[in-house]
Amino acid sequence: MQKSAATSYAKPSPEGPWVGRSIERVEDGALLTGRGRFIDDLGVDTGTLHAAILRSPHAHADVLSIDTVTARSVPGVFAILTGAEIKACTASLVVGVKAPVECWPIAVGRVRYVGEPVAVVVASDRYKAEDAVDLIDVRYAVRPAAVDPLSSIAPLAPLLHDGFPGNIASDRHFRYGDPEAAFAGAVHRVSIDIRYPRNSCTPIETYGVVAAYSPSDDAFDILANFQGPFSIHAVISRALKVPGNRLRLRTPPDSGGSFGVKQGVFPYIVLIAAAARMAGRPVKWIEDRLEHLSASTSATNRATTLSAAVDSNGQIRALDWDQIEDCGAHLRAPEPATLYRMHGNLTGAYDIRHLAVRNRVVVTNKTPTGLNRGFGGPQVYFALERLVQRIAVELGLDPLDVIRRNLVPSDAFPYRTASGALLDSGDYSAGIDLGAGEGGLDELKRRRDAARAQGRLYGIGYAAVVEPSVSNMGYITTVLTPAERRKAGPKNGAQATATVAIDPVGAVSVHVASVPQGQGHRTVISQVIADIFGIAPAEVRVNTEVDTAKDAWSIASGNYASRFAAAVAGTTKIAADRLAARLARTAASQLNIDVSDIVFRKGRVGSATNPDNSLSFSRVAALSHWSPGSLPDDVGQTIRETAFWTPPQLTPPDDEDHINSSLCHGFIFDFCGVEVDRITGAARIDRYVTMHDCGKILHPAMVEGQIRGGFGQGLGAALLEEFCYAPDGSFLSGTFADYLVPTATEIPEPIIVHMETLSPFTPLGAKGVGEGNCMSTPVCIANAVADALGEKDIELPLVPAKLAAFIHGEEIAAPASMRISPPPAAKSGERNLHGEGRERIDAAPAAVWAMLLDPNTLQTVIPGCHSVEKISDTHFRADVTIGIGPVKGPYRAEVKLSDLEPPHAVTLAGFAEGVLGFGSGQGRIILTPDRDGGTTLDYKYDAAIGGKVAGIGGRLLDGAARVVIAQFFASLARHAGGGNEPSGGLLSKLRNLVRRRQ
Amino acid sequence: MPLLNSSQRHRVGFSLNGHSVEGDAEPRVLLTDFLRHEIGATGTHVGCEHGVCGACTVTVDGMLTRACLTLAVQIEGCDVRTVEGLATAPDRLSILQAAFRRNHALQCGFCTAGILMSLDAFLREVPTPAEDQIRDLLSGHLCRCTGYTPIVRAALEAAAELASRQPAVQSHHV
Amino acid sequence: MKPAAFDYVRASSAEEALEVLAKEGADARILAGGQSFMAMLNMRLARPKLLVDIMRIGSLDRIEEIEGEIVVGAAVRQAKLLGWDKLKAKLPLVALALPWTGHVQTRSRGTICGSIAHADPSAEMPLSLVALSGSVHLRSLKKRRRVRAADYITGMMNTARADEEMIEAVSFPVVAEHGYGFREIARRHGDFAIVACAAIVSSKGIRLAVGGVADRPEVRDWPGLSGSALDDALNRFAYELDARQDVHATARYRRELVRRVGRAVIEEAVQCHS
Repeated sequence: MQKSAATSYAKPSPEGPWVGRSIERVEDGALLTGRGRFIDDLGVDTGTLHAAILRSPHAHADVLSIDTVTARSVPGVFAILTGAEIKACTASLVVGVKAPVECWPIAVGRVRYVGEPVAVVVASDRYKAEDAVDLIDVRYAVRPAAVDPLSSIAPLAPLLHDGFPGNIASDRHFRYGDPEAAFAGAVHRVSIDIRYPRNSCTPIETYGVVAAYSPSDDAFDILANFQGPFSIHAVISRALKVPGNRLRLRTPPDSGGSFGVKQGVFPYIVLIAAAARMAGRPVKWIEDRLEHLSASTSATNRATTLSAAVDSNGQIRALDWDQIEDCGAHLRAPEPATLYRMHGNLTGAYDIRHLAVRNRVVVTNKTPTGLNRGFGGPQVYFALERLVQRIAVELGLDPLDVIRRNLVPSDAFPYRTASGALLDSGDYSAGIDLGAGEGGLDELKRRRDAARAQGRLYGIGYAAVVEPSVSNMGYITTVLTPAERRKAGPKNGAQATATVAIDPVGAVSVHVASVPQGQGHRTVISQVIADIFGIAPAEVRVNTEVDTAKDAWSIASGNYASRFAAAVAGTTKIAADRLAARLARTAASQLNIDVSDIVFRKGRVGSATNPDNSLSFSRVAALSHWSPGSLPDDVGQTIRETAFWTPPQLTPPDDEDHINSSLCHGFIFDFCGVEVDRITGAARIDRYVTMHDCGKILHPAMVEGQIRGGFGQGLGAALLEEFCYAPDGSFLSGTFADYLVPTATEIPEPIIVHMETLSPFTPLGAKGVGEGNCMSTPVCIANAVADALGEKDIELPLVPAKLAAFIHGEEIAAPASMRISPPPAAKSGERNLHGEGRERIDAAPAAVWAMLLDPNTLQTVIPGCHSVEKISDTHFRADVTIGIGPVKGPYRAEVKLSDLEPPHAVTLAGFAEGVLGFGSGQGRIILTPDRDGGTTLDYKYDAAIGGKVAGIGGRLLDGAARVVIAQFFASLARHAGGGNEPSGGLLSKLRNLVRRRQ
Repeated sequence: MPLLNSSQRHRVGFSLNGHSVEGDAEPRVLLTDFLRHEIGATGTHVGCEHGVCGACTVTVDGMLTRACLTLAVQIEGCDVRTVEGLATAPDRLSILQAAFRRNHALQCGFCTAGILMSLDAFLREVPTPAEDQIRDLLSGHLCRCTGYTPIVRAALEAAAELASRQPAVQSHHV
Repeated sequence: MKPAAFDYVRASSAEEALEVLAKEGADARILAGGQSFMAMLNMRLARPKLLVDIMRIGSLDRIEEIEGEIVVGAAVRQAKLLGWDKLKAKLPLVALALPWTGHVQTRSRGTICGSIAHADPSAEMPLSLVALSGSVHLRSLKKRRRVRAADYITGMMNTARADEEMIEAVSFPVVAEHGYGFREIARRHGDFAIVACAAIVSSKGIRLAVGGVADRPEVRDWPGLSGSALDDALNRFAYELDARQDVHATARYRRELVRRVGRAVIEEAVQCHS
């Protein structure tokens, strides 16, 4: 079957301009045919070993001991490294605030989140390394965990780091204008409390690191799918205790998505590099999905109280932000950047002159946070745009009128915000008109009205958002006081680099240190170059990998903060323009014409006025190689030009804490219609419109790709995605069946509208566009749901069960004939079990009592018990195999008896720990004599389960624990010769289980 | 009925994209690892190793198969097709692949191999699919870059093109 | 995320597979499609010593109608049953429920019997088999026995199968002139059901089977209830299921869905019946 089309290099038209055209991507040929070169596709040096990581099952615990003896005996195992060994050959990772805390890439003496590395096994292959991981015996002493950001800063909360008193890493107040006066003088004060959840953009390719160490050079050579910023290079080299020039950090040609997330590979770079050094061989580690979900990184969750001083017409006079940022267990570089990335933009798209801000950064027993698409934007705009919706509701205004009334005026650009951002360009009110018009807002309102007339729950939501791009590398220092900043020295700018080179046959190559993960940088750069040199994009070869040993790079290199189009593509233009100017002089001298008459067109360099007088581009371009003497004296060479560019607008924070946190500011206006199902509570997006002004559009299809991709992730954050933790810090979203990423059946097609207001600050007039919908979409959908339900407290993700609670009203009671114990009030996601039961035993209470205290009886009745060791009269230790279906594992259990009232009542507290996880529980047993000389045994228990199984088999857990607990008592009753068989329900199932075992 | 011992590597012979190949694997080795690191066919990617993301989707004897939920030893004697076998020649793209490129239906390209394999198999079974059928099929894949819309478009466009070429293909069949 | 080591046997007949089970007992597991089980192996949740691959046993790859029942062999993949031309006519409920099982890419490999053997309380095939009063055909070297589906599934991933037994087939009774309804509520298309409801309506009354709530599919039969009597029965059922909460749904939400979706599905089935 002939089923092919020719692979043609892009050739829609022989002539430019190429910028602004959706040419086919140069990247796609290889990616579509399985010839991509991702990190795990590349060969490694002979002798390379493979790492697997043992991770903490506990959110917070002291590591009492790590026994690796058995694990070391696994054939193929070369080395096992624990925190102590890693610490011995590295230095702590730099922490972004001034505090006496350390930050290691592996637990040192104490674990602070589920998934924290505890040991690294280096073996001949990954399978064997995982075998050894299973055999490492770690003893923990569990500590109480601080999980929620608000309760973690409450008095008496468990403390994570001595250097962060009260779990607070930073607490800063800011004041711009006169917020107190504005609030005092305002007619209304409207407030909203927000809890923004944890989520992540979870690239489909996980982290990967291949590290080698050369003792003779004391130098590391590391390949990692790191995405930048390369300021982290300095953090890594310092941690590895080598100067920067002995840390060669390279990136693979392809990277399978990042969205910020692959910045978070850097602690693993340190860890695997240290392992390579200790093992004396190159070491490769490819993170698996369970590791990624539990322990790679995450966006911050944030608790925000935001208040506005508002006039009766909806004009906002002042904002008062109180943000509590949860950065997880360690403050890893560049955190607390998530909180400060938006610092200049806390007034959003609005002209609000008075601003009070309190920013607290707190640590909790959760995975450390880091870069994630939107980076601070989703958290800020969820609060700000929910507040705008609330202002409209509380003042009886149309939400869109409130938005319009407060917009930065169209004639005010460049506009300096209260906190210091310089909004480069825009026409927000025109953008709203365009979006509302092209997106059919009036028609959508009619749809809403028609739906509501039928009794359906339908709402419209809006979001107006300024999308910052090209971060000022100095914004993070806003977390420091002005005095601290003065001491540390200024940090600012956004240094971009680009190198354009011409080879001896006149072929053009470009290198940029941009590290794309699918954004088509090579294609766009080829378009920019083609326009300057008058050649076809296909003739340009672009390399976007980074090799810090050979390339031009700086701290801002990498792919983040939507900086490519604005900064990197622009810098490439600068480099190419410089070469083109010199080539023009060379050609002018060769053609004996004036340089002002030179044009680059259709592969030739020649006279604009006399088309016959020209030379081929390649001939002019190659001259510098073959006949340098033929170049005009002042031209120098035309072989290679490297440009460095940093925008002067990106200054450090001033002494009043004004900070221009980003160079460019796009504008987004979104609105959507959402219907909430009355039965299921499911939110269905009826229509979603997103209007973007991202400045000059370099490649329309790629811009739309960024918008659709960001929309998909924003929709995921709105409806599905959350990293859930139990109150004890157990991680509950450990698989892609638990952490729910939207699929093609969940993501509708958004209507995209464009306008182009060029940035005056970037070489091409372009701004970033990659992150906007991650900022606008979650709140836009939430506003629509708030409108549909008429509710204020809308929390993400919009889980149907949560929305249904608004709709369903009070629950119908159970039939009177049923004995239902009221379900304990529990938070969503809580994995605490409560239960009770009763067994009848054919033995007197005294005999039952004796059994409960007898190791031999316990060994018989504890499900799957192999041995019981009596530590004291009230303390037993047991080895058990418990499980459900095929999910069985060995556990070490401790049982303690307390509150003894022989032979009437006793409290049993148990703790079991194994490879699959741990469980702890406490139960009160009451023995009552009955008339027949037997005993009625009543039990009530609370249990909690955590560890590996909690994260990846959560659904199985409750059932398993209940089975095991009930089985224990049933078995006890049977052992005593009684038991109320057959009792139906759970117990009869247990009987089956017990029989099967026999 | 040979018992393949856990501690040894066993020879596995199969057909990969029409070529006979063989390699050695312990019984527990996943087809993903076997294809990528033993056979050297790295086009099939690994995204989750629990059967959800779909990046590793291949066909085995014509059946769509998560390679991460398949043991290498299970494919003994089978006909395995991967993304490397979709185009008829190294410098060409299949109609489906070309539609992906035209529609910008990929960004990072990591999930793409699995999606192409699903669509290639599906379009043979359902030559004129409706959009909701395509979306239902794609719900077995996770893509974090595209928001799926361009993938749906590419699939529909490829289906139309394949359908329109069908008579010509038959008449030119050799 | 790599499996622990195991031996592997590719059985060429049911007898061969049973010989291994007789010898190895609980240490051996049958591999039949593996769409759930392989993931558990990769996560090392399950660590069998030996896997018995039965997918090349041709005699187990059959769909047959025998004495008013559709007998589905242990090696029949879900896609094969879904593509079976008589499915809609013979087993309308299965035709409604099977498209909810996983995705195209997992149905192509996963088996009907494997799903039932796995006994996930939210899975569609165990629910359908229980709803239709089907049976599980168990076989060991020594004997064959048939177990009613409701007796076979004893709890969350626990079954009445003895260690030396394997499922040879399952059988779904063919019942004419009944009305059927099926609906499932999940977070995303293809996810584990939060609540799955299957209704069968006949001249004798209403049967509602619910998956995803209790630790196995549960069934109630009511003689032709309607109106508030049906609501009361649904409410009682909802409470009797002793719903639990997890990150995806509260217990109350599950009860609410049993009442509301249960009612809707019954009405669908009534409409289909009349």
